[in-house]
Order: sequence, then C-alpha cells, then structure tokens
Amino acid sequence: MSGDVILKVRDLKRDYVTKGGLFKKESTLSALKGVSFDVERGSTLAVVGESGCGKSTLARILTMIDPATAGTVEIDGAMIDISKGKISRELRQKVQIVFQNPYGSLNPRQKIGAVLEEPLLLNSDKSPAERRDLALAMLEKVGLKPEHYGRYPHMFSGGQRQRIAIARAIMLQPKLLVLDEPVSALDLSVQAQILNLLADLQDEFNLTYVFISHDLSVVRYIADKVMVMYFGEAVEYGTRDEVFSDPKHSYTKTLFAATPRADIESIRARLARKAA
Amino acid sequence: MSNVSTTEPRPKGAVAEKLASESRNATKAMLVEFWYYFSQNRGAVIGLTVFLALVVIALLAPYVAPHSPDMQYRDSFLQPPAWGEGGSATFLLGTDAVGRDILSRLIYGSRYSLFIGVVVVVIALSGGIVLGVIAGYFGGSVDTLIMRVMDIILAFPSLLLALVLVAILGPGLTNAMIAIAIVLQPHFVRLTRAAVLSERNRDYVVAARLAGSGNLRLMFKTILPNCLSPLIVQATLSFSNAILDAAALGFLGMGAQPPTPEWGTMLAEAREFILRAWWVVTFPGLAILITVLAINLVGDGLRDALDPKLKRS
Repeated sequence: MSGDVILKVRDLKRDYVTKGGLFKKESTLSALKGVSFDVERGSTLAVVGESGCGKSTLARILTMIDPATAGTVEIDGAMIDISKGKISRELRQKVQIVFQNPYGSLNPRQKIGAVLEEPLLLNSDKSPAERRDLALAMLEKVGLKPEHYGRYPHMFSGGQRQRIAIARAIMLQPKLLVLDEPVSALDLSVQAQILNLLADLQDEFNLTYVFISHDLSVVRYIADKVMVMYFGEAVEYGTRDEVFSDPKHSYTKTLFAATPRADIESIRARLARKAA
Repeated sequence: MSNVSTTEPRPKGAVAEKLASESRNATKAMLVEFWYYFSQNRGAVIGLTVFLALVVIALLAPYVAPHSPDMQYRDSFLQPPAWGEGGSATFLLGTDAVGRDILSRLIYGSRYSLFIGVVVVVIALSGGIVLGVIAGYFGGSVDTLIMRVMDIILAFPSLLLALVLVAILGPGLTNAMIAIAIVLQPHFVRLTRAAVLSERNRDYVVAARLAGSGNLRLMFKTILPNCLSPLIVQATLSFSNAILDAAALGFLGMGAQPPTPEWGTMLAEAREFILRAWWVVTFPGLAILITVLAINLVGDGLRDALDPKLKRS
C-alpha cells in the first residue's frame, strides 16, 4: 500500500516571525506545529479547522508558494524544498491549487483562452494551435462552451469562474490538486455542481485532492480521509467514517456539535426539546 | 454527445474564425463600456473634442495658418486684432512687436506644445513604470532606495528643479523637456508602486507564479496591465503639466529659444508690451489655458471611466 502514497508529509512546521520594532520585541507565531499525514493516489484528504488554524499555510507549503520552516514534504517520490533555488518544470506540474475566491484568482485583463494556455505556454513546447485545442477541450470538460474562450473573467458568474480556475489548475495534468475552500464563496446549488465536477475530474484524471474546508457537510460528501486541525496541530486524523462516527478529540466533538443539522429527525428532536 | 458530433465535422478554419470573432466581440464590449462611462461626463467629451481639434490644427498647420510664423510684416508692427481699432482682416489676432501674425504663430506653436507633452509623458511614464514596478514588486532595500531618491526629487519645488537642470544641461527645448520629465517622474513611480503593491499578493498573481511565470513576466505581463488605470489618468494630467512647465521655462528664457513660436516663449517676448498691446500676451495665454483645461477635463473623464472598472474586477 505504501507505493500508492502520493503525498507524504512528515513533521511539517512553519513559523512566522514578526520583526521587532523600536518598541516591541521580535515574536514568533507557529502556524503549523508539526503535522504529518499521507495521502493515497486518487483519494481525497479533507483538512478541516477553524480560521487561523493553519489550513491555508499548509496549502501554501504544499503548493510550493511558501517554504516550510522544518519537516519534509514528498510528492510522488520527490522531495520538495523551495528554499534552495527554483522549482523544476516536472515538480511544478505535479501540484496545482484552486483558490477560495473566484473573483480574485483570475487576472481581470486576461481572456479565458490566455488563462488556460498560460501554463502550457510556460511549461511545454506545444504549438499555438495545439494549445488552443487543449484549452478548448478543457473548457468542455469543466462544462463551459467554446465561445467562452475569448471572453474576459468579468463576463462570468462566480461558479463559472471557479470552473475556469479548476480548468487552469488541471491544464498541466497535475498529480495533486490542493483545493483551498473552493466552494465556500459559492451559493449552495453552485457548490453542488462544482463538487460534482471535482468528483468527475478526479475519476477521469486519477487526481488526488487535498480539500481544505470548514464546511463539514461538504467534507462528508467528498472526503475519503479527514484531518482536523486546531491551532496548528492535527488533532484528529482518520478515514471519514472513523472521524465522523467516533470523534476522539474534544475540539472535533465541539465542531460536530456546532454544525447545524437540517434533517427531519434532528428538527423533530429539537422541536420536542423545545416543547418539553 | 450530440454536441460533439455537430462540431467535429466542421473544418478547423471555421472554428478558429468563430473563436477569433468571439474574442473580438469581447474586446469590443470592453471598449463600448469604456466609452459609455467616459461619455457620461460631458466636460470630458468637450475636452476631448477641443483636444482633437488641436491635434488636427497642429498636424495641418502649414495649410491652416494664414501666414508664415516667422514672416515679419514691416508695415504693421503691433497691429491690434481684426475687431479692434485699427485692426485688419489680414491679421485676425493682430501682430507682435516685429510684425509677425499672432494667429499663425499660435497655430504653429500648438505643434510644439503637443510635441512637448507627448515626449515628456513618454519619458516620465516609461521611466516611472519601470522604477515603480521594480520598487513595488521586489520591496525591501531596492524599494527603499528607489523611493528615497524619488522623495528627494519631490522635495524640490518642481519648477526650480527644472530650472536648475536646464541651467546644467543648457537652455533649449530638448533639455527643457528632459528636465520636466525628470521632475514629473516621481509621481509615476509612486503611483505605479502603490498599484503594484496592492496587486502583488492577489490570488491571480500567485496562480500565475505557480503556472511557472518568471519575475519579468509577472511584473510586466500579469501585474502591470492591472495597474494601468491610475497611470493613464496621471499621464493625461502630466501632459497638461508638461505644457505648463515648458511654457514657464520658455517664459523664463530657459526653454525654447526665439524665434521659435512656442507659446511660453511668445509670452516672454511680449512681456514689455503688456501695457501697450494686450493682445500679444492675451492670446498665447489663452491658448495655454484652453489646451491645459481641455486635457485636464479629459483626464477627469478618464478617471470616471476607468475607476469603477477597478472596483468591479
């Protein structure tokens, strides 16, 4: 089974140092305090936690945007360490990210075609015609139309933009896709569409997802494994059913208790409690 | 799958043509939207009309001007405008102290003013953009170095600094333009830096970096196009500023040298006749006023048209 592990994270730490000024001392903030986990190829790991618990820091380290302070990240057998020089083309093609806010993640001055072709332009030697065909094929795959190719981002809705962001991320056929709260800026019906799209793409390209979220109902729908983070530490890590049916840590229990429930049973129970 | 079967048998050229036309439509839609917001501002439209008229006059100067700008009519020194006492229709706006037709000189002078504006703005804008993008993008000590130098330039009164520079470089129109460009440049640097700072950490820049963009591509291809709106506005306002400063330098005898029909130089030559012949100073002054006002109005309209777009994206 260990051959199937695509992402291996060991003891990952990240400190942010705020520079001391005239009147204050230098202080260190540990955003990640030693996180370890494995993700198997083709599966989805959901990372859950409150804001400020280090989820996004984790995403930025996995996607090689920020360096880690200590610990190792191994993607598909290759160690990543961006503190030493540039990232190679092959490594870059292994991880991509989809951001939370679909309104900020697309360049307002770049047409959709150019958005999708940029990764190819920079990382492959394909001809313009080939790039265009690939971009058009990808547009169709994420449920957009060929005529969207020449339009600007402001002509699209939030859900469509998120589809474009997903298309851009998988243009290079990455092995691992980091999704940083990809649906939390969208309304419910669009959330479902995007989640279904992500599930379809995962089957088609054999993608591995690291899905960062604070929405437990979304996590329950998409995750294979769940990691709960609390103040920079992984307090719970296991398969979805394990974590949801038998939460060990007190924070996880609080988190589940805080999730509003809308199924008929729980509404009846609540009404009964109220009446009593 | 019926969708695929209808698109596949179509020849490749037709698909490409369709995509190209769709892409053109998107560009056109952006321009139409821009024009809609610009035309909401009536002053801006009037300013643009005046400015375009000025450009046409400058381009067609040899055909429009009734006389040569340097021709001295010895029998009509300081002749008043056509409607004044003793004026004639030959010299519509009168003549100056050596008998040259003021209208023709103003028409030829518009060439100089527009030329000065364009050259100064191009120098100041390109220098300012490069320095500003570098300062904003890299930050740290590079940023500090560039911005402190700009602060020093800004600490001088602008006209005084331009005068000093011209004194070092020697009087003349070219040197005056270089001096004015250097004086105006810090505004562009600051503006560019501020815009780059606000764009640098946006998600789309991070995404472009992840896609493999290098520093140069990120700076000038990804970030810069999103910083252009305030720069365009500042460029228009600097255009009028440059004309004003060049006129001031010309008035002080440091800009274009006589007998060049530059508006500021014309004012300087007419200095001693201010009390006797009002038209020799009034008309060049009016020409400067109208031009600068028109360009400022255009700049105002541009700001209105470009700013909401920034907020919307």
